[in-house]
Amino acid sequence: MTTTADELMIERRGHARSATRMRANFLIFLGPAIVLTVLFFIVPVLIDIAVSFTDLSRSLRITGFTLEQYEKIFRGDRRLTPVIGLTFIYVFGTLAIFNVTFGLILAIATTSLRNVSGSFFRGVWLLPRMSPSVLYILLWLWAVSPAEAGLVNQVLMQGFGLDAPLDLLTSAPIALIIISNGFIGASMGMIIFTAAIRGIPEHLFHAAAVDGAGTFAQIRFITLPALRWPISFVTIYQTLSLLVSFEYILLLTKGGPFYDTTVYALYVYRRAFESGQYAYGAALALFLIVIGVAVALLGWRFFDMERLLQRPRIEVH
Amino acid sequence: MAKIEFRNVVKRFGDVEVIPDMNLVIEDGEFVALLGPSGCGKSTSLFMLAGIYVPSGGELLFDGHVVNEVEARDRNVGIVFQSYALYPHMSVRDNILFPLRFKKTPRDEALGRVKGAADLVRVAELLERKPSELSGGQQQRVALARALVKEPQLLLLDEPLSNLDATLRLSMRTEIKSLQEKLGVTTVLVTHDQIEATTMADRIICMRAGRIEQIGTPDDLYLRPASLFVASFIGSPPINLIAGEAQGGTVAVNGAKFPVEGASGAVTVGLRPEHLRFGDSGFTGHIVQIEPMGREILYVVETGIGIIRVLEQGSSATHATGEKVKIGFSPENSLVFETAHQKLLPGAHVHAPA
Repeated sequence: MTTTADELMIERRGHARSATRMRANFLIFLGPAIVLTVLFFIVPVLIDIAVSFTDLSRSLRITGFTLEQYEKIFRGDRRLTPVIGLTFIYVFGTLAIFNVTFGLILAIATTSLRNVSGSFFRGVWLLPRMSPSVLYILLWLWAVSPAEAGLVNQVLMQGFGLDAPLDLLTSAPIALIIISNGFIGASMGMIIFTAAIRGIPEHLFHAAAVDGAGTFAQIRFITLPALRWPISFVTIYQTLSLLVSFEYILLLTKGGPFYDTTVYALYVYRRAFESGQYAYGAALALFLIVIGVAVALLGWRFFDMERLLQRPRIEVH
Repeated sequence: MAKIEFRNVVKRFGDVEVIPDMNLVIEDGEFVALLGPSGCGKSTSLFMLAGIYVPSGGELLFDGHVVNEVEARDRNVGIVFQSYALYPHMSVRDNILFPLRFKKTPRDEALGRVKGAADLVRVAELLERKPSELSGGQQQRVALARALVKEPQLLLLDEPLSNLDATLRLSMRTEIKSLQEKLGVTTVLVTHDQIEATTMADRIICMRAGRIEQIGTPDDLYLRPASLFVASFIGSPPINLIAGEAQGGTVAVNGAKFPVEGASGAVTVGLRPEHLRFGDSGFTGHIVQIEPMGREILYVVETGIGIIRVLEQGSSATHATGEKVKIGFSPENSLVFETAHQKLLPGAHVHAPA
């Protein structure tokens, strides 16, 4: 697309000069991003694909190219089905309970409060995201510690008269990984939804109030329809990031007890780096890449993602 | 329909007092306009009527009942916003239907009333469309239909015509006026456009800095403006104002003198351009500019008492730039204000110098 400035430049300097200039601009502005993308996204994917067709293992020696890793995935690995099932529960549960629903509730609640207290509560909910992940999980470990000194146990035993301390890490590990991830994930939805709610013209709420809508009717008929977009975006984005992230789970439960909280990404990590089956890990990781691309494309199609990337139209009033 | 009353109404936003003390009665079925420049408190008054703002003091009455604390949704008012405020994700039908949703109107009856309201403002063929697929004029009609569908006791219009082009504004003006007459609903129009106010309203409430400057019919405001502010706000092109000193039956301005009756001290003389004419006597000056306005010509004349604008009927100029002229007028068309208090001196007139 040529702008007026481009056209003026072409007029002044001729086509050849401007073509050189455009190529230079391309390199200057897109070059760094392209280099980074190639180095840290495309090259690793290619290496991953290459490794997945080898027998690379603890000895770090490649003796030949083989399809055995894929055979293992489709025939031999009994653990894979429960891992995939758990991943589904984890991703869906975290999204449905925290990242979207709770983020939405936080955004709606804090925007209807007065500005100062609204910002305060948003700030509180941002804390988990701002704290280093190791520190955050250490706090969780202390809170759910099976000893009587654990925060949850203190509250339950002294406040609610529970007799023996609970060991949540073994009795409710899945709920725990969902909650600990959700507390972090909710803040992103909260921020995006808050911005979107702020963007709704105030007179729409005034009009709805005069038309007879109460608070909940205003949320249902004005706020939520305006959030269709941000909700789609947060859902897709968080699905992908929940699929590939495992550091909080690794720190909190190490995927255990046994394999009870080992989601797919963590399973890849455990196979490759705990069992030393690097080639098998690479093959498993490839499916994660495929799933990621598939979800992104699905979202693109299903949620009309294209519109999000379109150049904004300036509205003149 | 309702009779509306403001009793010592005050509105503050934090420390800022937007409306210090407002007293006003609007009769049942009346069409009034709140007229004033931006920031004069006219929209704030309207939003208090709608229930969007709560008065900080005083009483607001609908038919004798205090409604200060009554929520917007329980007031049964219809409002058309400057931006129309149509719900963007709903079809025109759902937009008009929206107020009935909360009145528990049976579906068939509700749809019938939507049809009726849509017919009234002639948008019946647009019911399936989304607001973004409508022109400005159509959106405005839909907003009107939405305001009218619940048969409100009070219709509020917040600058409803300011987003329309000139031709459309003219026809919508006529339509809203005749609609109001047909339905007989008490209507309050907020506008900064004097033409809108004078053409549509039965009475005009001219506001300035949160206070009511004058309440009257369009004729009252034009012929007998209570203050300099009203005189300069009403009328287009604006009134000529000449400040001078009245003493012993003459006004002295920059050495020039002309007769006055009923005034003394510092005065400001107001002469409307359309009341002035070129003749054999009067203020002498020469034409510095000619502005054709279609069926009228506006002459800008430099005289001994300052720049004076003269409006002359006719589409072609009968005088040329640089021509020496004399400007005359009938004394009963002149207005004399006290400069100190900016108030009209009733009965005071000036005469053109011989």
